[in-house]
Amino acid sequence: MKKGPKLIIKNLSLSFEESIIRKISLDVNEGEIVSIIGPSGCGKSTLFNVISGILKQDDGVIKIDGLEEKQRQGKFGYMFQEPLLFPWLKVLDNIMLGFEIKGLEKNQVKIEALDLLKKFNLFEYSNFYPNNLSGGMKQKVALLRTIAFNSNILLLDEPFGSLDAITRSSLHLYLLEIWKKLKLSIIFTTHDIREAIFLSDRVYVLSKKPANVADCIKINLPRPRKIADLTSPKFVEMEKKLMSLL
Amino acid sequence: MKQHIFPILFGFLVLLTWQFSVSFFHIEQWILPSPIQIIDSFWQSRSLIFFHLVPTIFEASIGLIGAIFISIFIAILMERSQVMKKIIYPFLIISQTIPFIILAPLLTLWFGFGLLPKIIIIALVCFFPITINLFDGFQGVDPSILRLLNSMGANQKQIFRLVKWPASLPAFFSGLRIAAAYSILGAVVSEWMGADRGLGILLIRSTKSYLTDRVFAVIGIITILSIVSVLIVEIIARLSIPWHFNKLRVKS
Repeated sequence: MKKGPKLIIKNLSLSFEESIIRKISLDVNEGEIVSIIGPSGCGKSTLFNVISGILKQDDGVIKIDGLEEKQRQGKFGYMFQEPLLFPWLKVLDNIMLGFEIKGLEKNQVKIEALDLLKKFNLFEYSNFYPNNLSGGMKQKVALLRTIAFNSNILLLDEPFGSLDAITRSSLHLYLLEIWKKLKLSIIFTTHDIREAIFLSDRVYVLSKKPANVADCIKINLPRPRKIADLTSPKFVEMEKKLMSLL
Repeated sequence: MKQHIFPILFGFLVLLTWQFSVSFFHIEQWILPSPIQIIDSFWQSRSLIFFHLVPTIFEASIGLIGAIFISIFIAILMERSQVMKKIIYPFLIISQTIPFIILAPLLTLWFGFGLLPKIIIIALVCFFPITINLFDGFQGVDPSILRLLNSMGANQKQIFRLVKWPASLPAFFSGLRIAAAYSILGAVVSEWMGADRGLGILLIRSTKSYLTDRVFAVIGIITILSIVSVLIVEIIARLSIPWHFNKLRVKS
């Protein structure tokens, strides 16, 4: 029997004074990377705020593993454009941030956090304060913190948006490595078409406000992906296609 | 070390000018003593000054510690409830418009000549900068961090303990630095109203006896005491929030 999607969003709508999100439907399969692109200010972040449960939708259903979830706080690993690390905590303690909120035993979580740091090459920075890290490193730590909190489904809101191009592409490879090893299901937003193609299995294109799914494109590039793929004819073709949709 | 050389040099120059002007213009000692006379007077009455120093330090410390507790309580109260904030905030400001020197004799009238009225005055002088800074610290927490914790499902108590409190510590110490300097001054003023020991009372007695050199010596001690208390706060801050002070960058 085929397993259903990990996350299903159906007819999600939200309006404040005006309609912000209008009947968005999308899904994410287990182990899939899905990106959402759209013009800036189209409501991508608001969509994530609704999915994560910070905002309540006016209408629509969100299902995780086939079950409808109304109280969604704590059910996603949510990461923002800014690292939002706590400057008063060392890297290790930052990664363990979630343990108290989830009511877990500290020592157990510490072992898991150290393991995560070791596995993904940040172990030597365990005792650093965030202020002593570069922008790219901070974002790596933030990514691991997100995963340590909840790796069931990741919501990454323009996670690499504030990084320079070189750091960004190294972070892309870092994310893909983690994704492959841990078999994560990821949705992320971006306004960078190339980033969306490079990372994703599928790309959802949102319309201008009110946000609505304009199209969904499957990315048929083989994995594992390499930097060289960015210039392959197939990649360029996808890029053109998406460009025309925006 | 290099950045200290100019202020030291400048201070030295001022003292030198002072010393020579006093002897050049033949100014009477009881009007303006020279720096050397002041140092001499300090040395002569060192045991007397020490005798009066102890209670002043004691009162200032107790008053400051009291102020810290009051400030934390008020700041948390205002942070927790918008209504409390609206009620308390205006009175906080008004409290600062009251001239404490006028308040001091009233407190003596109500509470006598003991320790209590003095500590109340010191706490009144000290609590404002701590409260305001701490409250501003609570308010200044990055809203994105609050959004992050919200998405994690943290409750208000956890948000306070995990984020708001630690994030506000630098602001808290800024307020505490100011309060520490005020505490010595507050103690001295509170002693003017009546005390048998303390730098404040020594200051009054010396003034009334035209021992101007001793007045200056005591002023010098008060200044040094204030600087030392600010330094102590600085050391405590560096020990308790090291992350705030080390901002050297390491590239990956």
